[in-house]
Amino acid sequence: MANEVCFRNMDQDRPWLLEQYRSRGGYEVLTRILREKTPPESIINEVKASGLRGRGGAGFPTGLKWSFIARNAPGQKYVVCNSDEGEPGTFKDRDVLRYNPHQLIEGMVIAGYAIGATRGYNYIRGEFWEPYERFEAALEEARAAGFLGRDLMGSGFDFELHSHLGAGAYICGEETALLESIEGKKGQPRYKPPFPAHFGLYGQPTIINNTESLASIPVIMEKGGQWFKELGVENSGGSKLFSISGNIKNPGVFEIPLGTPFAELLEMAGGMKNGSKIKAVIPGGSSAPIIPGEQMMQLTMDYDAIAKAGSMLGSGAVIVLDDRNCMVKVLERMSYFYYEESCGQCTPCREGTGWLYRVVHRIETGHGRPEDLALLDDMTTKIAGRTICALGDAAAMPVQGMLKHFREEFEYHITHKRCLVS
Amino acid sequence: MSDDQMVTIQVDGRELKAKAGTLLIEVTDAAGINIPRFCYHKKLSIAANCRMCLVEVAKVPKPLPACATPVNEGMQVYTRSPLALAAQKGTMEFLLINHPLDCPICDQGGECELQDIALGYGNDASRFVEGKRVVPDRDIGPLIATDFTRCIHCTRCVRFGAEIAGIRELGATGRGEHMEIGTYIEKSVDSELSGNIIDICPVGSLTSKPFLYSARAWELVQRKSIAPHDSVGSSLNLHVRRNQVMRVHPRDNEAVNECWISDRDRFSYEGLYSADRLTRPLVKKSGNWVETDWQEALEAVAQGLKRARGTSGNRLGALLSPGATLEEFYLAQKLMRGLGSENIDFRLRQSDFRAEEPAYPWLGQTIAQLDELNAALLIGSNIRKEQPILGHRLRKAALTGAQISFINPLELELNYHATQLVNSPAGMISDLAAVAKALGGYGGLIDSAEVSDVHHRLAEQLRTAERATVLLGNIAVAHPDYALIQGLARIIAGNSGSLLGYLPEAANSVGGRLAGALPGNDGSNAQEMLSNPHKGYLLMGVEPGFDCWNPARAMETLGQAEFVAALSAFRSQSLEQVADVILPIAAFAETSGTYVNAQGEWQSFSGAVAPAGESRPAWKVLRVLGNLLDLPGFDQVSSEEILAEARQVAGDRKPDNSADGGVAYERLLAGVGLTRIGDVPIYALDPLVRRAASLQKTRDAIEASSRINAREAAMAGLADGDKVVVKQDKNSAKLRVVIDPTVPDGCVRIPAGLVGTDTLGGQIGDVTLEKA
Ligand SMILES: Cc1cc2nc3c(=O)[nH]c(=O)nc-3n(C[C@H](O)[C@H](O)[C@H](O)COP(=O)(O)O)c2cc1C
Ligand code: SF4
Ligand code: SF4
Ligand code: FES
Repeated sequence: MANEVCFRNMDQDRPWLLEQYRSRGGYEVLTRILREKTPPESIINEVKASGLRGRGGAGFPTGLKWSFIARNAPGQKYVVCNSDEGEPGTFKDRDVLRYNPHQLIEGMVIAGYAIGATRGYNYIRGEFWEPYERFEAALEEARAAGFLGRDLMGSGFDFELHSHLGAGAYICGEETALLESIEGKKGQPRYKPPFPAHFGLYGQPTIINNTESLASIPVIMEKGGQWFKELGVENSGGSKLFSISGNIKNPGVFEIPLGTPFAELLEMAGGMKNGSKIKAVIPGGSSAPIIPGEQMMQLTMDYDAIAKAGSMLGSGAVIVLDDRNCMVKVLERMSYFYYEESCGQCTPCREGTGWLYRVVHRIETGHGRPEDLALLDDMTTKIAGRTICALGDAAAMPVQGMLKHFREEFEYHITHKRCLVS
Repeated sequence: MSDDQMVTIQVDGRELKAKAGTLLIEVTDAAGINIPRFCYHKKLSIAANCRMCLVEVAKVPKPLPACATPVNEGMQVYTRSPLALAAQKGTMEFLLINHPLDCPICDQGGECELQDIALGYGNDASRFVEGKRVVPDRDIGPLIATDFTRCIHCTRCVRFGAEIAGIRELGATGRGEHMEIGTYIEKSVDSELSGNIIDICPVGSLTSKPFLYSARAWELVQRKSIAPHDSVGSSLNLHVRRNQVMRVHPRDNEAVNECWISDRDRFSYEGLYSADRLTRPLVKKSGNWVETDWQEALEAVAQGLKRARGTSGNRLGALLSPGATLEEFYLAQKLMRGLGSENIDFRLRQSDFRAEEPAYPWLGQTIAQLDELNAALLIGSNIRKEQPILGHRLRKAALTGAQISFINPLELELNYHATQLVNSPAGMISDLAAVAKALGGYGGLIDSAEVSDVHHRLAEQLRTAERATVLLGNIAVAHPDYALIQGLARIIAGNSGSLLGYLPEAANSVGGRLAGALPGNDGSNAQEMLSNPHKGYLLMGVEPGFDCWNPARAMETLGQAEFVAALSAFRSQSLEQVADVILPIAAFAETSGTYVNAQGEWQSFSGAVAPAGESRPAWKVLRVLGNLLDLPGFDQVSSEEILAEARQVAGDRKPDNSADGGVAYERLLAGVGLTRIGDVPIYALDPLVRRAASLQKTRDAIEASSRINAREAAMAGLADGDKVVVKQDKNSAKLRVVIDPTVPDGCVRIPAGLVGTDTLGGQIGDVTLEKA
């Protein structure tokens, strides 16, 4: 039952072309909506019914987010797609852009129609040259075919869509930093509230969704919210793209129903590389706390199951580590990432991420001190929940996860000044 | 929910009422509940980046920043609960890890918000053992010292720059712990309000360059005062150590300067300690100046004035600085009138006195009302540099949509959107006539005016605005056809339903009138006194080479007098050339007195330090002179007593801009050849600021030069940097050519009040240029 939504056309040879997309009924939902003048509320209700939760990491119910927009208030509104895909381990949105750009475009136009927005932007990660060009080409095709522009199919509804290439900052994936970046400012998150639904791009009501979230919309509208919901499990409707990487045989992106056992996903990815033993899994991108391998093998891939295990499904980036990995080294690498990517705006993250990294680095290089683990524990509580955006939490959570499950490895490093593993 | 709805919240168990949606920190501040903060500032946008103000709110799992959390009904807040304190202390620890903690050698030590708050929320030892961050300093100009290693990244300075000063130079570059405050390219921060970032910076990252390392905060005594330059009369705190003004800070006064002051008000105190401060009386003996004692000097003045007066007081004239106090004005005019002279004036930079002037000219509205304007037309004013705080108020109005326009002979560098009609001084009159005509005015030159689209637009903006004003500035006052400008402005304001306002030039231009320091019946005004030699003159606070509309003529006229007595706080070349006796007087901060500001507010102040050397407050000098001249009514023992007397004379006069206007005047400025525009640069306004060393190093302290646009330069065969001989009447000056695109065709900008242009004639008039 794989590849039902965002990857439903993966069997075609050049699925990114308009003609191939249309050969499978692409843009028919949009055409029907415009022709029948489907009431926007019923679209939002359908999305609500589907149980679709944001695929960008936070898992916020998409239909609910859309319903926050005062769609009848005067003034410009926007639909923004987040294709920044910067979370380490995540590499699914680029495949949507490369292989199924029209489904994203169709999803964005429907979103625009639903919330009364006439303009959309797709913010694409700076390094994504090929996906960007694919998406641009698709925009051209869609415009020429009358799916973008003024008075779409004589409905009186206008929708224009542009892509915007970022410049390589992870923080610009955070929704409000992304908005600042589109506005031409330095990519720094805004304090929320107000949320983008009230004060978004250029201060106007805006919905911002992940690429995968928006690309799921046409299928939901075609087959119905109920159908989508039933693909998955309770609280986790639909299927989802998982980017699986690490010490496995076939890293890649797989679309599977939510609730699929992790073991099955690992199987699809060819199992562990060279038959090595699974040590741990980061189930939802580098910000998600790590879960020991044995425990992970018992879990299903859905929001609730992973949350119950003390982590999060996040963006669906699954990083599998085998027993040759030193956890201190792994954490050092991750902490370096957050240290490097903090925007520097708020004190706990600006100062804390650097300090975290330095302490972990010190332990890794054999200079750790006995009090360092307590220091790390304490520091993470002073960063998490105290910052403007979730990057602070993202920097703290992996440390907390590591110290919870692999504390002895850190202690070993401190006392023996070398690694337990190698 | 309406915005005005009141809600009740509980903070630390105390019940507080507030408007729904007010920020929590504003509510607690008003109630005197202290929440630590760094990035929050009541006049700046909310950044919520320092995370120092985190408090616990019931039912919310995470602590919330009080500076960014609006209050709502029933909210329960704990500012010192374990969760709140843990959050605050956590932030403090992070703030301190990279902070130098060498407070004893930091200029902010003792008045640092970080130091203060660390006392309450910091630990006594640091757990951070790695190397601390070091950030290179940058040179951002002569007024502000940087020590960016101390920066805590609150971005107050950046927001101040963007939101208040209207400059975009300052920004935060870099990310994470590499984030730095700086100018994007190496550049000075040029704004007439720049010094306020010193106050705004909570730490010692931005400090005062002139004050740097000269005193510790706890050695300073704070004394209240009123700013002595423009007509805003900003509220000041003078910081004094051992009888010396060490620095100047703003004192909050929402109705006047809010919490800001101009750089001129902040840094001019340096002039008090310039090398040419006059500390002993001087008399000229056989052409040489010799120091003497007060008695001899006062006798010399009394004798000199008596002799010059002879049988008619009319042979005497008094020229007073518009920065004198009301008490000084009052006694000076009383002295002159006692001697039988009605020749008294302080309008030294005005040349056209044909129009009847209002009895009590003023801004026409309160200072705070400028914020609320929907439209304004400024005539002959560089308000940003003439009256920086009023400029800031106008900018606030502009940012909320007011249509601001200017009719000026120079294009201004503005920090908001405005319409600028830039024309030669003669052309300005035509523009004004055209706007008047567009508003249905008629008569005189209005009838022949050619009205273009832009004139119609300006007229409509004023006419349709709910709150509009027409303001006259310093360049208008200096215009040879000021009478016409006033008449036209009156018609424009009247026909468009706008308030007519004057932007009084100096700190006490309004007070001078109220004290009666104007020519009486048949008395001579400043121009007449400076054109037709009188036998004797009394000058107070005036440097004739810099402070008069036509310095060459002023010097020549004064040079022909039999006797010139001067009261001055400084030695001064031009003054010494014409005077016979110079009496040293107390300067700003050294005397008590009263200024009346642009909104007609009488603001009295006391002296903060003793007068320098043997100098004396001018009111005391005038009083003794009155005694020596045997005049009645000179026995006041305090400035308050003089004030009371002056108040009686002024009566209960209310500010009033009405006058019999009219435009039936001949145009005196033909403007056929090249016209000089002699504006007075911001730091050339008066003797004190001209001696403020640091201000004189700023970009705004422009040097004497001859500035023309590229077209005029090409026609005259001149290039940037060439030397030219400027001829005006029978005077000349050799000046450097600067190509300046802000000067209109047919004009040359030769600023007044500067060494090098003091040999020239009227501020606005015909000149010729010849390559030297
Ligand atoms: C530091 C940080 C980085 C983020 N990066 C991304 C990203 O690359 N792509 C993404 O879709 N969401 C990212 N997010 C989440 C977005 O802020 C936002 O929640 C999401 O785009 C909403 O879309 P969704 O509801 O469809 O998931 C990031 C969040 C944070 C705090
Ligand atoms: S948490 Fe970090 S990344 Fe987010 S706003 Fe604060 S400093 Fe920037
Ligand atoms: S220089 Fe001062 S005001 Fe500016 S960000 Fe740093 S600490 Fe704040
Ligand atoms: S004062 Fe509230 S976060 Fe800085």
